[in-house]
Amino acid sequence: MFTLLDENGKTDTKEFTETQEYFVNMGPQHPSTHGVLRLLLTLDGEIIRRVEPHIGYIHRSIEKMCEKDSYQQVVHLTDRMDYLSCHINNEAVCLCVEKGLQLEIPERVKYIRTIISELTRIASHQLWWGVMGMDLGAITSFLYGFRDREMITDIFEETCGARLTMNYNVPGGVMFDIHPNFRKRTKDFISHFKKKLPEYDELLTGNVIFEERTKGIGYLSKEDAISFGVTGPSARASGFACDIRKKIPYSAYDKVDFKEIVFTEGDSYTRYKARIAEMWESMHIIEQLIDNIPEGEFKAKTKAVIKLPPGEYYQRVETARGELGVFIISDNKKSPYRVKFRSPGFSNLFALDTMAKGCKIADLVAMMSTLDLVIPDIDR
Amino acid sequence: MNFNIYDFTDFVTSVSNWLNEILSPELAVITGMAIIGIIFLLFIALLGLSLVYIERKVCAFFQQRLGPMRVGFWGTAQTIADIIKLIFKEPLVTKNADKFLFNLAAFIVMIAPLLAIAAVPFAKGLHVLDFDIGIFYVTAVSSIGVTGILLAGWSSNNKYSLIGAMRSGAQIVSYELSVGLSLLTIIILTGSLQLSEIVNSQSDGWWIFKGNIPAVIAFIIFIIASTAESNRGPFDLAEAESEITAGFHTEYSGIKFAFFFLSEYVNLFIIAAIGTTVFFGGWMPLHLGNLTFFNNIMDFIPPLIWFFMKVAALLFLIMWFKWTFPRLRIDQMLTLEWKYLLPLNLMNLMLMSIVSLNGWHF
Repeated sequence: MFTLLDENGKTDTKEFTETQEYFVNMGPQHPSTHGVLRLLLTLDGEIIRRVEPHIGYIHRSIEKMCEKDSYQQVVHLTDRMDYLSCHINNEAVCLCVEKGLQLEIPERVKYIRTIISELTRIASHQLWWGVMGMDLGAITSFLYGFRDREMITDIFEETCGARLTMNYNVPGGVMFDIHPNFRKRTKDFISHFKKKLPEYDELLTGNVIFEERTKGIGYLSKEDAISFGVTGPSARASGFACDIRKKIPYSAYDKVDFKEIVFTEGDSYTRYKARIAEMWESMHIIEQLIDNIPEGEFKAKTKAVIKLPPGEYYQRVETARGELGVFIISDNKKSPYRVKFRSPGFSNLFALDTMAKGCKIADLVAMMSTLDLVIPDIDR
Repeated sequence: MNFNIYDFTDFVTSVSNWLNEILSPELAVITGMAIIGIIFLLFIALLGLSLVYIERKVCAFFQQRLGPMRVGFWGTAQTIADIIKLIFKEPLVTKNADKFLFNLAAFIVMIAPLLAIAAVPFAKGLHVLDFDIGIFYVTAVSSIGVTGILLAGWSSNNKYSLIGAMRSGAQIVSYELSVGLSLLTIIILTGSLQLSEIVNSQSDGWWIFKGNIPAVIAFIIFIIASTAESNRGPFDLAEAESEITAGFHTEYSGIKFAFFFLSEYVNLFIIAAIGTTVFFGGWMPLHLGNLTFFNNIMDFIPPLIWFFMKVAALLFLIMWFKWTFPRLRIDQMLTLEWKYLLPLNLMNLMLMSIVSLNGWHF
C-alpha cells in the first residue's frame, strides 16, 4: 500500500487503495450460458454486485410469425422455443386451439399426450442434471445424463420420427398412433432409469464439494419467487406451490395420483433436489398410465383449415421449466390475430439479479444452472 | 561400454569418459549437455503426446464412451494430428495486449517443468541433476510456472484471463506450502534432501509403508496439494471453462496454447514422479518380507519399468478424481488450504518427529 502526503501534510491513501468495480460481458458466447444469453456483470473482484440480463440475441419473432401461419403451423413453431420440452409446448397450443373449437378429445390422445409429456420432462431434467454437473466442473455427469436421455429420444424417434423437435401434437390429437413397441420400451426405460437415478445421487448429490457449492447459495424467497413470476421446480423449491398439473389439471393429469414437489429452503441445492424428485414423480405418473391407455382414435376429426371463433383463448401447461401460457386472439381467420406466449424461462431469468447479489462468479454459474434456463425460450 | 539395465551408473560414467577422451574438456561438457538436452526435449514431447492420449482415454472410459478412435490404431495418432493442427494455426495476439509479455509467458510456463524434470531419478544412476538439495530444487523451480500464468493473464488484455491468473496466483502460492510440508514429513525420516538418497533409503521398504500413519497422511495431503498446485480438476479454477471461459490461456492460440497444454501434462508427470520417489520408493522394486522367491521376481523387473509403473498408477489416481469431482469455489479452496490442510500438515510434521524420535517407524 502506498502512502502520499498531500499539500496539507496529511496522508492521502484513498487514491491508491480505492478499488473499482468493473464490468464483464458474460456471453453471448460463453460456455455456461447455454446458448447465447448475455449477462452484464458488475464485479468487485470475484464478487457480483449486479447482474443485468440483455436478451434478444436470438430473437426470431415467433409470436409475429404465428400471425401468418395456420394453427397447425403454429404448433411446430413452438418446438423452437423451449426445445427441451417441445412436446409440452405443442400440447399447450393444441389444447388452446381445441378449447377454442370446443373439440371433444379422445381419451387415448389424453393418455398418450400425458405419457409423452412426462417422458419429455424426464429427458429435459436428465439433460439439466448433466449440464449442472458440467457447470460445476464435473464433466462426467454430462455424459451420464445423455446416456439415459438417449433411451427416451429413441422412444420418441420410433413414435414420430423425430428425436428433439417432435411436432407430434396436432390440434385434435396426435399425428400418428403410438408404435406397437411403445409400451414395452417405455417400461424398459422406467425399470432401467429406476436403477440409474440413484447413481445420479451417488455422483453429485452426496458429494461434499457439490453440497458446499450449492447449499445456501442463490437464495430465492417465496415472496420474491411470486413477485418475479418464477414458476416450475425453481419456484416450488422456494415453497411456492404452482404446479399447473395439480392446480388446473389438463390432459390425463386428473386421472393420476402424484405429489407436487414443494420444498421451502429456496437455495440452489433445493432446486436441484426438486428436479431430482420430479423425475421420480414423472416415472410414477407414467407407470400409472402406461398399462391403461384406452383403445380408440388417436385424433379427433378436424377440418383441414381450422378457423377459431372470434375471441380470446388462454391455456396454461406445466413444462419442465415452469408455467407456459398460450394466449390466442382470433378474428375468425385461418391464422390467429395475435399469439402471446408466457414462457417460464423469461420470468425465471430475471430473478437472477436478486439471487446473485454478493455471490461469487462460480456461484452465479451454479445458480443459472439450477434455474435451468433455455435461451430460445427466453428470446422466442 | 557395459550397458546394464539395472544400474546405469557405469554406463553414464563410461559415456562421459568416452566424450572426455575424444574431445577437449570444455567441448565434452557442452556436448554432454546438448545430448541430455535433446534427449529430454524428445522425452517431454513424447510424454506430452502420450499423456494427452492417456488422459483422453481414461476420461472416456470414466464417461462410458470410447474417446479418440479414428486416427491411427485406437486413435493413437490423434494427439499427433492435434499437435500438427496447433503448429499450423495462426498465433493471434489480442488488440492492446502486451505483446512481449504475452509471448514470454508461454515460454516461462514451459521452462518450469523442464527445469524440474532434470532432477527426477528415473533409475539407478539415471538422473541429470543429483543435488544434495534435490527436493528443495524441484519445489523451487516448479513454482516459476506461476509467473508465466500471472503474466499470461495480465498481458492478455482480457478480464477472464486476469481473473483466472489472479485465482491461479492465490492458489499456487497457498498450496506450495502444503506440498513442501508434506514432503518435509518424509525428509525427517530420510535425513537427506538428495533425491537419490531418498530412493536408496527405501531399499528395504517404501516410506508409505514404513513411515507409519503420518506418512499416509502426508501422502494424501501431497496428492491433494500438488493437484491444486498444477491447476487440475477439481482445483482447475484458473481455467474453469464454465465460469471464465478458459482462464489465463483464453487468448492463446496455436503453438503457444500448446505450450500451456503441454506444461500442464509435464507438471502432472513431475508430481507423479516426485510422489513416487518420496513415498513409493522411486525405482525400487516391491519387496514383501522374507518371501525370497517373490522378491527375486520383483528384482528381475528393471527399475525403469518400476518407476514408470508407479508413476502411471499415481497419474491414474490424479486423473480419477479430476473426472469425478465438481470444481471448488475460490474461497472454499483457500479455506481448505489455510484452515484444514496447513494445520493438519504442521501437526502431522510434529507427529512424524515424535514417531521418528521414538523409532516407531518400521
